Amino acid sequence: MKEINDLNLPDNLKYTDDHEWADTSGDVVTIGINDYAQDQLGEIVFVELPEVGDTFSKGDEFGSVESVKAVSEIYIPISGEVVGINEDLEDAPELVNESCYEGGWLIKVKPEDTAELDGLMDKAAYLAMLKG
Amino acid sequence: MDQRPGTSGLIFNEPQLWDKSRKGRCGISLPRSDVERSEMDSSLTGDAPDLPQLCEMDVVRHYTRLSQWNFGVDSGMYPLGSCTMKYNPKTNEVQAARQGLAGAHPLSGDQFSQGALKLMYNLEQFLAQITGFDAVTLQPAAGAHGELAGMLMIHAYHAKNGRQRSKIIIPDTAHGTNPASASLCGYESVNIKSGPDGILEPSAVSAVMDEDTAGIMVTNPNTLGLFESNIKEIAQIVHAKGGLVYGDGANMNAIMGIVKPGEIGIDVLHLNLHKTFSTPHGGGGPGSGPVGVVKALEPFLPVPRVEKNLDTYAFVNDCPDSIGRLHTFYGHFGIMIRAYAYILSMGGKGLTDASKLAVLNANYVKESLKGTLNLPYDKPCMHECVFNDAIQQQNHITTMDMAKRLLDYGFHPPTVYFPLVVDGAFMVEPTETESKEYIDQFIYAVKAIAKEARNTPEKLKNAPVMTKVTRLDEVSAARKPCLRG
Amino acid sequence: MRFLPHTNQDIESMLKIAGASSLDSLFDSIPKDLKTKDGLDLPEPLSEWELDSHMEALASLNIACKNYKCFIGAGSYDHYIPAHIPYLISRSEFMTAYTPYQPEVSQGTLQGIYEFQTMITELLGMDITTASHYDCGTALAEASLIALRKNRKANKIAVSALVHPSHRQIINTYIRPTGYEIIEIPYTADGVTDLTALEKIDDIAGVAIQSPNFFGNIEDLSAFRTAADAKKIMFIVSFTEALAYGLLKNPGSFGADLVAGEGQSLGISKSFGGPGLGLLAGNKKQMRNLPGRYVGKTKDTNGKDGYVLTLATREQHIRREKASSNICSNNGLNAMTAAMYLATVGKIGIREIAQQNHDKAVYLKTSLEQAGFKPAFKTPFFNEFVVKVPDGFDQKRTALIEDKCIFAGTDLEPFYPELKQHYLFCATEKVSKDDIDQMVKEVQ
Repeated sequence: MKEINDLNLPDNLKYTDDHEWADTSGDVVTIGINDYAQDQLGEIVFVELPEVGDTFSKGDEFGSVESVKAVSEIYIPISGEVVGINEDLEDAPELVNESCYEGGWLIKVKPEDTAELDGLMDKAAYLAMLKG
Repeated sequence: MDQRPGTSGLIFNEPQLWDKSRKGRCGISLPRSDVERSEMDSSLTGDAPDLPQLCEMDVVRHYTRLSQWNFGVDSGMYPLGSCTMKYNPKTNEVQAARQGLAGAHPLSGDQFSQGALKLMYNLEQFLAQITGFDAVTLQPAAGAHGELAGMLMIHAYHAKNGRQRSKIIIPDTAHGTNPASASLCGYESVNIKSGPDGILEPSAVSAVMDEDTAGIMVTNPNTLGLFESNIKEIAQIVHAKGGLVYGDGANMNAIMGIVKPGEIGIDVLHLNLHKTFSTPHGGGGPGSGPVGVVKALEPFLPVPRVEKNLDTYAFVNDCPDSIGRLHTFYGHFGIMIRAYAYILSMGGKGLTDASKLAVLNANYVKESLKGTLNLPYDKPCMHECVFNDAIQQQNHITTMDMAKRLLDYGFHPPTVYFPLVVDGAFMVEPTETESKEYIDQFIYAVKAIAKEARNTPEKLKNAPVMTKVTRLDEVSAARKPCLRG
Repeated sequence: MRFLPHTNQDIESMLKIAGASSLDSLFDSIPKDLKTKDGLDLPEPLSEWELDSHMEALASLNIACKNYKCFIGAGSYDHYIPAHIPYLISRSEFMTAYTPYQPEVSQGTLQGIYEFQTMITELLGMDITTASHYDCGTALAEASLIALRKNRKANKIAVSALVHPSHRQIINTYIRPTGYEIIEIPYTADGVTDLTALEKIDDIAGVAIQSPNFFGNIEDLSAFRTAADAKKIMFIVSFTEALAYGLLKNPGSFGADLVAGEGQSLGISKSFGGPGLGLLAGNKKQMRNLPGRYVGKTKDTNGKDGYVLTLATREQHIRREKASSNICSNNGLNAMTAAMYLATVGKIGIREIAQQNHDKAVYLKTSLEQAGFKPAFKTPFFNEFVVKVPDGFDQKRTALIEDKCIFAGTDLEPFYPELKQHYLFCATEKVSKDDIDQMVKEVQ
C-alpha cells in the first residue's frame, strides 16, 4: 500500500470523501476513482458502469469496481446525466490501476447544477481529510 | 522429529478430455435396438453435440488421475472452520446405494414408496428431537436453501398476521448467506456489532428492534466459535416487538445433546446435513438443509409434508398457509438416507459425545496454538477457534501464506479471512473425528510454519511447492474469464 | 463408537491442556438454564450389520427394491448408468472434499467442473454455464428472478402451463415475497404452449418455455424467440430431459438468453427425486447475472495451466445483502457425475441413446394406440407422450405394479384437472420391446 505522501493527486482535480475524482474544467465533468482508491482496492478485475442517458443525484451509487475478493460501490459527486462511459474498461479494467486519471476514467456527466461543484475538495483539503 | 504427513509422490499429468478424444471411440456399448428406427423430422434435430470421444478406460484413467489432485477428509485433516469436515462413514454410502432407495422413482405413489416416506418421517422426528422443535421439513437442498425456507416462513408469518415488516437484524459475525437470504424476501438488513467479548449484547438488539423489524438472524454458536449466551434475553426483546428469531444451525455440531435451539427462544433453524450429520460434501454439494420450526410456524412449512396415519405414511399438499414448494420433488433424499444412517449409528449418547469431543478438540487446539498465533478472543470456545496473523504480520507474513504452507505439510488449511470481524482470520474446526495424534501433527505443523515465518519467510511466500500446481493467478482468471474449453 | 477416536487417556490429557476439569465443564460458557434437561431421546445405536438389516427392511417397503419396469418420467428418468461412473464418483478425493477454496489441492474437482461447464455449454449451445444448481426448478426460479430484476418496468413473468408443475410452484415460492407474479400461458389442443396467448400478454419481463414440455411435446422455440424479441423481453428455455438434446436442436440455436435444466438423466440415480442436477446456462451477456459458482482456467506462478473458482464477487459471501442469490453449496458431485457420463457416451453415444429413447417411445405409443388408447396430441415428442386411457385403466395399472412391478404411466389429472383419464408415458433406452409388449398386453 502507498503511503499518503506517495499518492499521485493532480492539482487540477477535485476530490470526494469516497475517493472519487472529478475534472471540472469543461462543460462536462469527467469522473474516476483516485490513486488512493485504486491502491486500496488492489488489482481491479471488473468495472460496472451505468448506461449513457442514466441520470443520478449527487451521492447516488453509479457503479462498482471489483477486485478478486471485494466489491466497492462508486458514488457520483454531482447530480446530472451520464453522457459518456469509458468502454475500454470492459476489456481492460486494469486501466483503473495503471492510469486512474487518464485511461482509467469512468464516466462523463453533464452536471445539473454547477453550484454542486463547489462542495468538492481540492487536493489540500482531500489530503487533510485522509490524514484525519 | 519431522512428523508432517505431507510428502511428495508421483503425480500424473492429465490433459483435458477433448485432448484425449479420438474420432470413433465410445465409452458405452449400447444394446442393439429391438424396435424400428423412427426418424425425427429433420427440422427438429440438430447436430450431435460435439462431446469428447473416449473409450471406458480413457474415462476411468482421466478421473482417477483428477481425483489424485484433490484433498478430501479421507486424505487428511481438513479443519475448515464453519464447515464441519468430519469423517463421512462409508456405511452411509452403502445404505444410500440400495436399489430400493436409490432406484425409487419420485412419482411411484405413496403406496409404493412407504420405505422412503417412513425414512423421511423418522428423520424429521430425529431432527426435531435433536433441535427441540415441533416440526421439521427436509425439503431444502442445501444450508442456504434452508435459510431461504426459514426466511420465507418468517415473511409468510408476518403476512398472515396482516402487517408485513421491512427489516431484519443481522449481526456482523453472520455468514454471508444470511443477508442474501433476507434480501430474497425483500428484507433490508440492519447490521449490528457483536460486543467486545465476541458475543451479542441484548442492548445492541433492543436499540434497533422495532415493530417494523421482522426479526433477527443469529448463528449460535457464532462464527467466532463462541456461544451466544444472551440468546434467551435477545429472543425476548425480539418477541416482545412481535419479531421472530432465525437460527443458523451451521454450527450445531458443538451442541448436540447439550442445547436444543427450540428451547432457548429460537423460532426457526436450519441444519446442514453435510456438516453436522456426516454426509459428504462432494466438492461443493449436494448438501441438504432441513429446517425446524416452533408450533406457530408449522402451517408455513413447505409442501409436500410427510404425515403418518397409523402405520401408513403419505405426502400431504393441502396446507393453505404453506410458503409453497422449494424443490421439484422432496429435497435431497439421497443425502437424507446418509444422515439417517448416521444418526442410527450414533444414537443419542453418541451424538452428544461427538459434540463434547468436537469442543474438546477445538479447545485443545486453541490452547496449544495460543501464543504461536494471535487469539483475538481468548476465552473457552465451542467447536472452532479463530486466530489471526497479527504476530506473523511483523514478518510480513499473512494468513494466506500460512494457509498455503500448511498444504506442503499435508493439511487442508483452516477457513481463512472469515469471519470478517477478525482481520486475517484463521478459523480452525478440527471436528470430533480427528484423533489426538492427527491434531498434534497439525499443531506441530502450525508451530513449524510460525518458526519459518520468522526465519525463512520466503518458504511461506513461495508455498505451496508440493502440490500439483503452485499459487494460481486469480486476477487474470477474473479479468479475462475463460469458463469453457 | 467407531467414528470417535478418543481414548479415556486422550480425553484426560487433552482436558488438562484445554484447562477444563471435565468434558461437561467445556460447556460452562453456556448458562445453565439454556442447557437441555432431557438429553436426546433417540433409538439405541445400531452396529453396522444391524443398520444393514434395518435399512434393507426399509428399502424393501419401496417397490423400487424389485427390478421394476419404469414407464414414467415427468422429471425423473430411468436411464442406464454405466458401472464405472458410480465407481469413479465414489473416489473419496472427490466425495469428501469441500468446495474448492484452496485450488492447489482441488485441481481434480476444478478441472472436472471446468470440463463439465464445457460439455454442458456444448450440449445446450450456450456461451456459459455455472458449476450447477440444486435442480431444474430452482435453476428456473433463479433464471426468472434474473429476468425480473433486469427489467425495471415489468414485475411479471410469463411461464408456460407446460413447464413442469413443480417448477411453476417453485418460481412462485421464490418470487412472491418480492411482489413479482407469474402469468401462466395456456396450452393449445396440440399440447404445446399457446403462442398467440403469449402475444397478448403485456408488461412482462420474460417468458419461460419448457421443451420438450411436460407433455413430452417439442415446442417451436424459434416462434417464441421471435415473440420475445417483439416484446424486448428475456427468453428462458427449460427442460427436464437432458438427453433430448442429443437429438434435438439445442436451446442456444434458438437464441435463448437463459437456459434452466435438469441433468438427472446424465448418469445420476433417481433417488426418489433428489439430489438431481440443476443446470443454469446463459449467453455471454448473462455472465455476471447468473448466480452460483464458476470455474475458470488460469496459470500458476510457474506458468502451468490450472483452474480456480472465479467471478466470486457476484456471490453472497462477498456481496452479502446485494448478492442476487444466496446459493452456496450446489450439486457439485452430481455435476462431476454428469461430466463422467457425457465423457463416457461421447458424441456417438449420446446421439444413439437419444435416438433409441425416441424409437422406443414411438413404438410404445403405436402399441398403445393399437390397444385402444387414444393419443392426446399429434405433436412431435422425444421420449414422453400423453394418451387418453380406457375406462378401468387405473385399477389395471395398480394391479400391474403390485403383481409385476411395472409402472404404466403417470396420471395427469392431479396436475391438469381438465385431463381426466390422461396419462403421461415415458420410454427410455432401458426398456426392451418385450417389456413394452408385456406392459401393453397387461393394460389392454
